Amino acid sequence: MKADWNTFWVKVVDATGETVYMVLVTLALSAVLGMVVGLALYATRKGGVLQNRVVFAVLNALINVVRPVPFIIAIVALSPVTRSVVGTMIGTDAAVFPMVVVATFGVARIVESNLLSVEPGVVEAARAMGASPLRIVLTVLVPEALGPLILGFTFMLVALIDFSAVAGTVGGGGVGNLAMTYGYLRFDTSVMVVAVAVLVVLVQLAQLLGNLLARKVLRR
Amino acid sequence: MIELRDVTKTFPQGKGEGGGLRAVDHVSLHVPRGSVYGIVGHSGAGKSTLLRLINHLEEPTSGSVLVGGADLGALGERGRRQVRQSIGMVFQQFNLFRSRTVLGNVAYPLKVAGASRAEARERAAEVLRFVGLDGHARRYPEQLSGGQRQRVGIARALATSPGVLLCDEATSALDPQTTHEVLALLERVNRELGITIVLITHEMDVVRSLCDRVAVMADGKVVESGGVYEVFSRPQHPTTEAFVRSALHDRPDGPALERLRARHGGRLVTVPVTGDAAGGHELSRLLREHAVDFTVAHAGVGEVQNRPLGSVTLELRGAEADIDAVVARLGGLEKAGAR
Ligand SMILES: Nc1ncnc2c1ncn2[C@@H]1O[C@H](COP(=O)(O)OP(=O)(O)OP(=O)(O)O)[C@@H](O)[C@H]1O
Ligand SMILES: [Mg+2]
Repeated sequence: MKADWNTFWVKVVDATGETVYMVLVTLALSAVLGMVVGLALYATRKGGVLQNRVVFAVLNALINVVRPVPFIIAIVALSPVTRSVVGTMIGTDAAVFPMVVVATFGVARIVESNLLSVEPGVVEAARAMGASPLRIVLTVLVPEALGPLILGFTFMLVALIDFSAVAGTVGGGGVGNLAMTYGYLRFDTSVMVVAVAVLVVLVQLAQLLGNLLARKVLRR
Repeated sequence: MIELRDVTKTFPQGKGEGGGLRAVDHVSLHVPRGSVYGIVGHSGAGKSTLLRLINHLEEPTSGSVLVGGADLGALGERGRRQVRQSIGMVFQQFNLFRSRTVLGNVAYPLKVAGASRAEARERAAEVLRFVGLDGHARRYPEQLSGGQRQRVGIARALATSPGVLLCDEATSALDPQTTHEVLALLERVNRELGITIVLITHEMDVVRSLCDRVAVMADGKVVESGGVYEVFSRPQHPTTEAFVRSALHDRPDGPALERLRARHGGRLVTVPVTGDAAGGHELSRLLREHAVDFTVAHAGVGEVQNRPLGSVTLELRGAEADIDAVVARLGGLEKAGAR
């Protein structure tokens, strides 16, 4: 039973909407959480403005444990937690949870490394002006690192589209789910092709948007 | 204006043991209000650390730092930040905010000090006029030349009308022409605005054209300090000597001295040249008295604080006994040959 494209396109649009929803919600949540964790990492490291060996070691270890885990394993491993937090293990919201967890630590690393790449001299200049640590982070470090930060977030966004498709294959909804249930299980090549095309287009759009923004910030 | 009392800064080194590295070692220093104070010394002597102690970017391990009467060590972090707002700092690598325009850079310290957006912009524009960059307010740092960037750096440091300006090798990244412009600007900062300047430099020219007083650092210690002319005309420490020599090229040394010896058969003596006319008369009288002839073999004389400083190396010819007599008499005045 192949898809009837006269009516099936509605499903494609719905699935695309779900994917976009999952990705954007995850991006928003992980951007905020990842920013906080990344700033904490930056500030508590040796020589940082709020140097704290214990906090740094814990965060650092946590990231190093979470990051190398393949996403598909993370979904399964986190599923008991997902059930207790979200209330269910299937659907888009259930998919968002592990995505946020994994993405938060990814974003944290991106934020940390980009802040570290800001020349120490500018921080020194701001300190010499009497700026407080919090002000330095918000008005010097973040603006100075904004270009590469945007590119880092773009990288994360593209990864999230990939994650959402993976989540879709294990009951998460969205384009991945469509490809799985119709394209794979029912051997419908046309659905598979369309699903892949949608993912490619989404990734291209994300990358284009990120590049444009970064170029604007970097003035080149 | 600035008073360092027996200040020491020790950096922890490696894994705890070993006592650490003493970057600044029991330094006491007084910088009078309105003066331009130079700090010179070899790389690693502790100059930057000393400068950073003045605005407490670095906490002293012991000793106290007073700026404008305020004891920074006695203040809390908040109070220290307040004091820092009245101390400008200029850096070798400019350290401008790339994400901000020229105006934004200069306005930033004003915002830190609590000025409103309008006040900050107005004051920033005023300071940019002072440094001659009012036409560049909307540009970004990467669109400026090195000299212009440093002028932005200076404008930024002046924005909050500080009483003190700290310059860490402010001209070391600039070519000679631009260095000259920046030095002229710093001179105006001192003369017209009455701001006390402490500057670190490797260049004798900077000290010569700008400073009233100078401190020479070696291994974390201030080994000599005082008026620029006094310190440079009578260098006591090898560091000071090397510094003066590198600037004046007045005393032939090593191979240069060998070449002079090969070229000149007679006795070589080096005679200092100072602003003091009596010394010159004394020399010519001596030579006449003993019927000793001379040829100038080597000379280097420059001006420090509008007074000549340097030396000439003369080849003396005449009877051996007469030359001995001249050299013996000169003895009080100079040392024969290279220093
Ligand atoms: N934060 C720090 N931690 C450890 N050691 C430091 C630190 N800052 C400076 N030092 C050490 O202190 C000594 C003095 O350094 P400082 O930067 O004050 O020298 P400097 O005279 O300014 O040299 P240069 O002319 O090369 O700038 C050096 O041995 C340096 O390695
Ligand atoms: Mg230095």
